[in-house]
Amino acid sequence: MAGLSVEDWAAFVLTMRLAATVTVLLLLLGTPLAWWLARSRTAWRRPVSALVTLPLVLPPTVLGFYLLLLLGPQGAVGRLTTVLGLGTLPFTFAGLVVASMLYSLPFVVQPLQNAFEAIGQRPFDVAASLGAGPLDRFFSVALPLAWPGFLTAVVLGFAHTVGEFGVVLMIGGNIPGQTRVLSMRIYDHVEAGEYLQAHALSLYLLAFSFAALLAMHLLRPRRLIAHD
Amino acid sequence: MTEVAAGLQVQLQRQRGDFALDVDISVPPRGITALFGPSGAGKTTCLRAIAGLDQGMAGHIAFAGDVWQDSSTRRLVPAHQRRIGYVFQEASLFPHLSVSGNLDYSQRRARGHRPVDREALLEQFGVEHLLARRVGSLSGGEQQRVAIVRALLSDPVLLLFDEPLSALDASARGELLGCLEQLHAELAVPTIYVSHAIDEVARLADHLVVMEAGRVLSQGSLQSTLAQGKLPLAMSDQLGVVIEGQVVAQDPIDHLVELAFEGGRLWLPQRTERVGDRLRCRIGARDVVLSTSPPAAGSSALNVVQAIVVGMIDAAHPSQCIVRLDVHGIALLASITRRSWRSLALAPGSRVWAQVKATALGT
Repeated sequence: MAGLSVEDWAAFVLTMRLAATVTVLLLLLGTPLAWWLARSRTAWRRPVSALVTLPLVLPPTVLGFYLLLLLGPQGAVGRLTTVLGLGTLPFTFAGLVVASMLYSLPFVVQPLQNAFEAIGQRPFDVAASLGAGPLDRFFSVALPLAWPGFLTAVVLGFAHTVGEFGVVLMIGGNIPGQTRVLSMRIYDHVEAGEYLQAHALSLYLLAFSFAALLAMHLLRPRRLIAHD
Repeated sequence: MTEVAAGLQVQLQRQRGDFALDVDISVPPRGITALFGPSGAGKTTCLRAIAGLDQGMAGHIAFAGDVWQDSSTRRLVPAHQRRIGYVFQEASLFPHLSVSGNLDYSQRRARGHRPVDREALLEQFGVEHLLARRVGSLSGGEQQRVAIVRALLSDPVLLLFDEPLSALDASARGELLGCLEQLHAELAVPTIYVSHAIDEVARLADHLVVMEAGRVLSQGSLQSTLAQGKLPLAMSDQLGVVIEGQVVAQDPIDHLVELAFEGGRLWLPQRTERVGDRLRCRIGARDVVLSTSPPAAGSSALNVVQAIVVGMIDAAHPSQCIVRLDVHGIALLASITRRSWRSLALAPGSRVWAQVKATALGT
């Protein structure tokens, strides 16, 4: 891309790699979680729902700070990963992935949960009466009917991870090729008074975010025709 | 509860808020059993429990020797293992699949080993030309026809219909009712048909379960149950009997057919039936006029039959009563005023002439 230094380019690639990894992992984990939240009748549903949406309102620095403690050498998870021979996660790419997943969780789970809830009970009753078991119903009814929710989840999860800063600042540090993502790079440029470079990167991010959201709105069906 | 019974045995109890359900229903292994009653009677609740879609009820459900639910042993066979075909009030086709996609969905999961004649079903319900269409582009009647074919393609051992015609306009309803009549004549699978419309019940059902406020008022064969004259108060205007007989004559000029039944003969408007056809005819209690002498030649009523008064039961309105009649072994109901009952000095054993307007027999 024009106007990018080698370091800027590295930060760009790293950011995309991070966002893609986080989005894929969140889809894998978020889909069953959203399914459970949409369908479960247990009392646990509400506290779990609140916990999932917590990153929406929490300052990213708070999340990052607790993660730093938890994942660090003295933290519970940190001790576990050390025992397992994985070392500690803060200031590594893997640590950044874990933190970003928590940070972007609501942006993936909420659209999925809404999409699952919007299907209603009837199509599942129909499928069951036609002989479809629970897993069959999930793949043959829930997934195809919820695809607009998946589209939203992918776009929001990816774009939100690209745009994070506070969590990275706390847990990622600023290690080139490891944890130096675009938003950190922009911060560096501004700190160093390199407004031109900051401008270039900021514009790229702005354009990317807009394009992603536009694509999402264009691809969403206006209304799924369901005569019920 | 221990003997292996053919057909479907259903005992259900539920207490939810001020709605209590407590029913014991027996569905014979052949024919259509109507669950009939006003809305709020618990008909759909029972149907969902039978299907396994509503599992929050206590009770015992057994079909053809298989126990589908038994609260005492916590046995509960999930819906997808019960091999039922369920037709909902709204067609509920899958919006993400085409018409043929909806049918394939069902046929791929068919659990029986009998090959289902898909082509014949498509033709019978007139949906061949719809196969490539999106379900959203179909009319309500077309959607419901596809939904019924979809249910049949899954090769069910028990068919459940939940007011399948109530969301349709009059012409689509009439058309589909004809299709269901034909299905009834050919189908070997026992069927439960929930309805609050007496004309559907009269034309389709072999057995009748009358429900009101979570209880069974009466159940048995269609004819004998209707002849008891016991319907929920809210439905007393639908009181009447159903007679079955054979068309013995037709009058093409006046568009009438003559139906011979065990109790006599009746003229009624011709629809499509021909001489020799078996025909059902509902005689509403409000369409029967009683007189204690042979009616004068000046009456416009085409049909007059002699009957014996069997008894009298209360009607919904205090001004009226329901007279139970016997026409050579066939039951008939007449709704008359109490004043007429007194002034004609009617009593069990009285001999009367019952006049029935042919125009009221159109079903």
